[in-house]
Amino acid sequence: MQVTKSFNFVLGAGLLASGMLMSSLTLAQTAEERGLEISQEAKQRDLGWGDMKAEMLMVLRNKQGEESVREIRIKNLEQENDGDKSLTVFDKPRDVKGTAFLSFSHPVGADDQWLYLPALKRVKRIASRNKSGPFMGSEFAFEDLSSFEIEKYTYKYLRDEACGLGQCFVVEQYPVDKNSGYTRRVVWLDQAEYRTEKVEFYDRKDSLLKTLTFDGYQQYLGQYWRADVQTMINHQNGKGTDLQWSGYTFRTGLKDSDFNKNTLKRAR
Amino acid sequence: MAFRHMALAALAITPVTASAEDVFFEVSGKVAGQLQGFTEDAQFAGQDYDTNLSFSIEPEFYWEWNDGEDSVVFEPFYRYDEQDSERTHGDIRELNWLRVGDGWEFRAGLGKVFWGVTEFQHLTDIINQTDGVESFDGEEKLGQPMLNLSLVYDWGIIDAFILPGFRERTFAGQDGRLRSGLVVNTDAAEYESSAEDKHVDLALRWSHSVDVFDLGVYWFRGTNREPLLQTRTLGGKTELVPVYQQIDQLGFDGQATVDSWLWKVETIVRDSEDDRYAALQGGVEYTFYGISETNTDLGLLLEYGWDERGKDATSAAQNDIFVGTRFTLNDEASTEVLLGGGIDADYGSRSFFVEASRRVGEDWKVSLDGRFFSTDKASDPAVALAEDDRIQLTVERYF
Repeated sequence: MQVTKSFNFVLGAGLLASGMLMSSLTLAQTAEERGLEISQEAKQRDLGWGDMKAEMLMVLRNKQGEESVREIRIKNLEQENDGDKSLTVFDKPRDVKGTAFLSFSHPVGADDQWLYLPALKRVKRIASRNKSGPFMGSEFAFEDLSSFEIEKYTYKYLRDEACGLGQCFVVEQYPVDKNSGYTRRVVWLDQAEYRTEKVEFYDRKDSLLKTLTFDGYQQYLGQYWRADVQTMINHQNGKGTDLQWSGYTFRTGLKDSDFNKNTLKRAR
Repeated sequence: MAFRHMALAALAITPVTASAEDVFFEVSGKVAGQLQGFTEDAQFAGQDYDTNLSFSIEPEFYWEWNDGEDSVVFEPFYRYDEQDSERTHGDIRELNWLRVGDGWEFRAGLGKVFWGVTEFQHLTDIINQTDGVESFDGEEKLGQPMLNLSLVYDWGIIDAFILPGFRERTFAGQDGRLRSGLVVNTDAAEYESSAEDKHVDLALRWSHSVDVFDLGVYWFRGTNREPLLQTRTLGGKTELVPVYQQIDQLGFDGQATVDSWLWKVETIVRDSEDDRYAALQGGVEYTFYGISETNTDLGLLLEYGWDERGKDATSAAQNDIFVGTRFTLNDEASTEVLLGGGIDADYGSRSFFVEASRRVGEDWKVSLDGRFFSTDKASDPAVALAEDDRIQLTVERYF
């Protein structure tokens, strides 16, 4: 049943590289292979966007429902055969206004990261080891915000399940990096467009830590889906963080030369 | 962007090529109140007080046009200090025009540049003069007149500077604490160059990131930012006079970022009329992430400062060991605490400091700083600070 379904899907999608087609034709496909295949398809469908600019409003909510807000602008540049380059600038809170963050991510191994502190005009290279640390006091860890790369996880297909976006694949992802804060993530991907609907994060003791849901998907350039809102709930501390995205623009002409220490210092 | 607003009014600096609608304008900045408390009676005349109150304002005006290719930033600064008239002062931290192109940028005006990697001493940082009355750690700087061309290549970034004009270091006055026994008379500064503070300095720097390494090498020719302090008796009054020499300086800074380790080194060779010497500041920073299953990161810092001139050094870190622990809570209020200390291996004097800060609400920030000094030897220059243990509370409002 599983194998047949996969086979049908592959033919229907008609997008896959021949290598993946071959592997899916192998009759004795394991749950691990199926999980990898689904994830590769999701990644494949999101390739080729080039570069992107967007604004992000981050709303932190504590147990009492009190909110505080961070305003952030982001520029991303897709890299062939490597992780994305990104430049992140903070507008609020005001005491960190102008603080900027440059990251060259890599599918395997440590990312290269620099932080610019405007009060001192100082660029600091920072250790990227703290993947599991919170981003700006939010419920998002650094690793939750980095680009999805196939090599970062191993996979296992769990089941098909009805979901808000229709019918979903449910796939378990096991982080390869020993510094990850998670033992596993369970991801719901809709079968029609391979959009992530929901992610459950399990901590190092394998207890459910957080749930992330994606809402308001919009398609850009007739291909790339981006959610307007991402909602993270921490089940263990009762806090939550919403990411509200706006101003998505793709293929704005960003180049490698827009991502260096000079552009970091003048990012503002 | 919703949270930035466009200025529609015509601006004084709007160039004829840009229509007013294309100019982006923004005002931000901060005002601050600062209370200093001294735990011991002062050593010197004029310092007879236990508390000191001061206020500062530092707005930033920013204009941008030509799709961000051109911009101007203006950042004046003013501080009123209750006790020390030398600390009541103003400065233009920045007033410069920036033009950017693909792989290059050009800046003209008063600007600020930082070079270096270490935490306890900023040995290689040389472009800007230290605003000595602002903070004990020397991290506050005066705006430096500059023409700066920066070129980005695959093999690194080249920065060329022409620095027309020199800024004299600020020093605590007769009524200031944290000073030497003799007061520095900044009005009587002397220069080796006949051009005095009009001397045009030059600097050229290469910097690059390769793999885990971040490297920088530079050459600087011009007026030494660090004056010699020479005793002069003028009109029956003995005081210190800053003497600014001409120097050539080669500098290197490097950091290796490996897993949770940061390995850091800064070194200089400085050549003046009097002597040529080398100095170094180097060390390591290791961070434990998420200690005790919290979000708190604990960083441990260890550095060593060395100066070839030994006890004759003008720098305080001639043979000094520094240790520090940094707690970063990674909470909503961005709470940070840095505890540190230094031991002078030549004199045995010790210093200890604490720097703690957190945000309050959306727009306020509260900082607590403490500096404590202890020395046993009268020959130690640090003996002048021995009674100046200080606790400082700063409240900042950002706008």
